[in-house]
Amino acid sequence: MHKFRQNLAHLYMLLFVFYLLAPLVVMSGAAFNDSKLPSIVPWKGWTTMWFSEMISDQRMMLAFGNTLWVAVAVAVISIIVGTASAILINSVSGRARTVLYGMMISTILIPGIVIGISTMIMWTKLGGALFGPGGKPWPFIPGLHLSVLGQVSYIAAMVMLLVLARLQSFDSGLEEAALDLGASHAQVMRRILLPHLYPAIGAGGAVAFFQSIENFNVTQFTRGGADTLTVYVFSKVRAGITPTINALAFLLIVVTLLLAVLYEVNRRRRARIEAAREAEARRAEEALLI
Amino acid sequence: MQDMLRRYGLGLTLTICLLVAFWLVVLVIVPNITLFEQSFRPYLPVVEVGGPRDTYSFNNYLKVFDGLVQKSLFGISFMIPVHVYTFGLTIFYSMLVTVICFAMAYPLAYYMAKIVNPRSLPTLILLLFIPLWVSEVLRAFAWWIILAFRGPLNALLLWIGAIEDPIRWTNMGYTGVVVGLIYTYVLFMLFPVYNAIQSLDTNQIEAAEDLGAPWWKIHWRIVLPHSKPGIASGSVIVFMLSAGSLLVPSILGSTTSQWFTQTIDQWFKDALDWNTASAYAFLLLLLCTVFVTIAMWVFKVKLSDIAK
Repeated sequence: MHKFRQNLAHLYMLLFVFYLLAPLVVMSGAAFNDSKLPSIVPWKGWTTMWFSEMISDQRMMLAFGNTLWVAVAVAVISIIVGTASAILINSVSGRARTVLYGMMISTILIPGIVIGISTMIMWTKLGGALFGPGGKPWPFIPGLHLSVLGQVSYIAAMVMLLVLARLQSFDSGLEEAALDLGASHAQVMRRILLPHLYPAIGAGGAVAFFQSIENFNVTQFTRGGADTLTVYVFSKVRAGITPTINALAFLLIVVTLLLAVLYEVNRRRRARIEAAREAEARRAEEALLI
Repeated sequence: MQDMLRRYGLGLTLTICLLVAFWLVVLVIVPNITLFEQSFRPYLPVVEVGGPRDTYSFNNYLKVFDGLVQKSLFGISFMIPVHVYTFGLTIFYSMLVTVICFAMAYPLAYYMAKIVNPRSLPTLILLLFIPLWVSEVLRAFAWWIILAFRGPLNALLLWIGAIEDPIRWTNMGYTGVVVGLIYTYVLFMLFPVYNAIQSLDTNQIEAAEDLGAPWWKIHWRIVLPHSKPGIASGSVIVFMLSAGSLLVPSILGSTTSQWFTQTIDQWFKDALDWNTASAYAFLLLLLCTVFVTIAMWVFKVKLSDIAK
């Protein structure tokens, strides 16, 4: 009976993985179908024409570029703000900490559509109040820079959480020691605290980058006339779609898979080295005992 | 604070505080206050803003009660304002999505935490993460292809003989939306629940087995209570993302499915009435706050537990 349930669990896992991956396979397959509409049935023969059409799609390439710079900007600002917040949270205690922490966390729970509308309204109204209804200068008009600010407002919280978790394992005695030995405050920050936080900052940057690429709600309400990839794909799906989107999706999935495989190979190699080292240590211990 | 000054000096402390203030005040608090303030003002032509007609009122909020439509539920027909109806259905279907996500994720979370060989777990997690890296819009688009009238799902069902005629999946009320939301957000339920179950001592399960508890009782009395914080945070995340999603309902919705975010979007983009859009957005924010509060109270967890 126990064995049976175990097999059932394995089966469920396989079904779940199939459920998650099959739609991606279908979507990739449609990129190679010689049919005007994105589908895998009926199969009309192999073609790579959608890839060449994708390259020549100026708007898509522009949207791709926009997505990249928005994501980089969001990642950089989120890292700076998120790290500063984590350090601040770690240094205060009591009521101030609870209030600050609660406020930071709650930004993750605000619906994206609310962030988008509120950011858009605040900046345009502020511009209107400062310069009148006529020509408002740059930061006060809708555009992707507002999308960056809107996205930072909740992505910074994710970076903050990652950095804060890493700060828990930091020994503040190191800072004391450095200060006692005559290091300046900037040196303590640059040479001691930040190096300890680098893994978390790196992870936070990656999370922020991908979250920004994913983002639709905030961007949709603040972008003005500019496109990011997500918004572009969305408008294509609603207004007559061609399999160029599938070609794009296929490329993104391939890149993801490559990164995943790379990560996995690296992880296995490290696990092997770790295991070898442990075995070595055990042998040495045994030798000592004898 | 004193400690911080001593450790980082005046300059760095000030910089840090300024950065945090920039985030919380400029990016979060002031925009939301502006949203709140604007939601009470009427929508006026630019020249009349600040004029005598620009006064505060609840008119934008009262628009929710405009436009009665006739609906029937369980054979009883009644009149209901169309936006209230949309609002109610959005909450209902978001809850449905949350429940189904939990039902799908729980067995796998248990499998990952207690059954699978720990050595193959990282590989499994990596596989599960792949759809998460492919963006939300493409995940919704994938289901748009699958559910299409001449799509693979109908082709498959016709081929195995389950149906005689192809079905218009995306024209069956909220079916497409629910299917898309589940696929998009089920992983946000899986990982918190997995984390919670993982911290359960396997000895407890074995002890219960030795004492003769049937498998369902082990889950009901031991695993489920232990994973409550994980379930709470997973549910809150899935519900909020579903209720706040604009992408999936717009791509996979039918002519008869309207999501509350779509209503807000129409006020904002089509009617260009930002004030009413603000009022509606504020209602959505209020709903989400209430839901999170109730969930935290029912499951007796703190906000910091959810954020994990």
